[in-house]
Amino acid sequence: MITTEDIQNLANLARIEVADNETESIRKKMEGVLEYVSEVQGLSKEDESSDTPVIGLNHNVLREDGDPHETGKYTESIVKNAPEKEGNYIKVRKIL
Amino acid sequence: MINLSELTIAKARKHLDDGDFTAVELAESYLENIAKKNEEIFGYIEVYSDVLEQAKRADEMIKARKAVSLTGIPLAVKDNMLVLGKEATSSSKILKGHIGTYDATVIAKLKEAGAVLLGRTNMDEFAMGSSTETSAYGKTKNPRDMTRVPGGSSGGSAAVVASDMALGSLGSDTGGSIRQPAAFCGIVGMKPTYGAVSRFGLMAMASSLDQIGPFTKTVEDAEIIFDAIRGCDPMDSTTIPGDLYPKKEEKTKLKIGIPRDFLSMKGLDASMLENFEATITALKNKGYEIVDVSLPYMKYSLATYYILMPAEVSSNLARFDGIRFGLSEIGKDVSDSYKKTRHIGFGEEVRRRILLGTYVLSAGYADAYYNKAIQARKLIRKDFDTAFKDVDVIVTPTTPSPAWKLGAKMDDPLQMYLADIFTVPANIAELPAISVPSGTVKEGENELPAGFHIIAPYMREDILFRVAKDATK
Repeated sequence: MITTEDIQNLANLARIEVADNETESIRKKMEGVLEYVSEVQGLSKEDESSDTPVIGLNHNVLREDGDPHETGKYTESIVKNAPEKEGNYIKVRKIL
Repeated sequence: MINLSELTIAKARKHLDDGDFTAVELAESYLENIAKKNEEIFGYIEVYSDVLEQAKRADEMIKARKAVSLTGIPLAVKDNMLVLGKEATSSSKILKGHIGTYDATVIAKLKEAGAVLLGRTNMDEFAMGSSTETSAYGKTKNPRDMTRVPGGSSGGSAAVVASDMALGSLGSDTGGSIRQPAAFCGIVGMKPTYGAVSRFGLMAMASSLDQIGPFTKTVEDAEIIFDAIRGCDPMDSTTIPGDLYPKKEEKTKLKIGIPRDFLSMKGLDASMLENFEATITALKNKGYEIVDVSLPYMKYSLATYYILMPAEVSSNLARFDGIRFGLSEIGKDVSDSYKKTRHIGFGEEVRRRILLGTYVLSAGYADAYYNKAIQARKLIRKDFDTAFKDVDVIVTPTTPSPAWKLGAKMDDPLQMYLADIFTVPANIAELPAISVPSGTVKEGENELPAGFHIIAPYMREDILFRVAKDATK
């Protein structure tokens, strides 16, 4: 149902390295779970429910932009958590 | 020395206000107990260094007669909630050394109330697990039987309350992560209505399912913590405004529904069923009417959960990329750096769930999995709506079996996931639910705690607590 090639492909999409020696064990465990969750495919079109919202009572909770906190209030503590920094900047790697 | 095993939040409140002991003395007693027990149980990853200063401030509030319900009460916090200036890691290597840049709303509320935060508790990595064994920092033991798991994912928060290393604690519950460990450790664990408690400052696992809730020794204590942390929060737009909450209407007689067809189809231990029936009989003798209810789509809950949850996980955990916070491994280019960081930083369970989520959301499979799960979720909610027209609460055992041996299910994720079978439906349908201690069941030579699980209608925590109190009296 799911191949080791699929696993490497998914790993690439999710930006996670999966080592060769663990691909098979991950594949096997995923296949077991996928087989189990496939039971939702037993639901037919007739089971289609009305327009019940999927989640939550609140929808479109919006506010006006404005009332910002003072500039720099959190800068130090946030930058402190970054792996690489220079002054008040977080260093990122070259993308191009 | 204060007798901690007999103490509850409600009793401690009275003792503190009457001057029988101070908040500092109470905190010292807990610190002594932690020093004795934590090394073996490993409920705490870290005990905070400023506990006594917090307790001193609480004593000042008490002296000034400004004490509220939680002033001076020593509590523990799951390692996925931010506390300003303190480390918070979700028990993952990827966040080792990460310092909270602000207080989560629940933490701000506890601080405002003068609660004493003792430390942060061990958990399954990013709350993914049912045994607290996927933590990157060590395994927590069940205080009721040291050879067994405490449940999970909030296993540390359950273990510290069950072993008198805290008077209460906070956990988070996405599919049962509060109620299942509460049942395994023989205490009370409650998941509020989706939207009752703010998640601002809680590390997101599956945002449409996550809720924060309390662990305590009594139902009354759970209600005290729930009342202190609940409420609408502009920082979490899913929180429910107070005026939407229904006015309490007191019925004299309540009706309990049992989903018999659901109980009979899954691998429920005979001893657990027997234990469950005993509590039902006790409630019947207290004047409750007991009827069978049918929720035909409830059986799809676990499958629905194990599609929606990983889908949301794969999206929520995309933020851990080694750039803004946490572990950072340098690769040959930026993409390689992400892959290496996430390979080394995340444990296997987390990586597997991210891959599974990526799969069920991917083009070609989304219709077969994700969209079907969304359809099932609506149907499960409708089932509950229909059932609650007839009954006031729905009850099941909290788990199909008592706590298992350490390591017993680590190689078989599906067996581990099946432990959530009775707790997941409340998250899917956004309903408040609670697990209360229901005595013990015999397994071999051992007496192990069992939990009685109650689900109430949307926003009806008042009914939930009322039945829970009667179930434990």
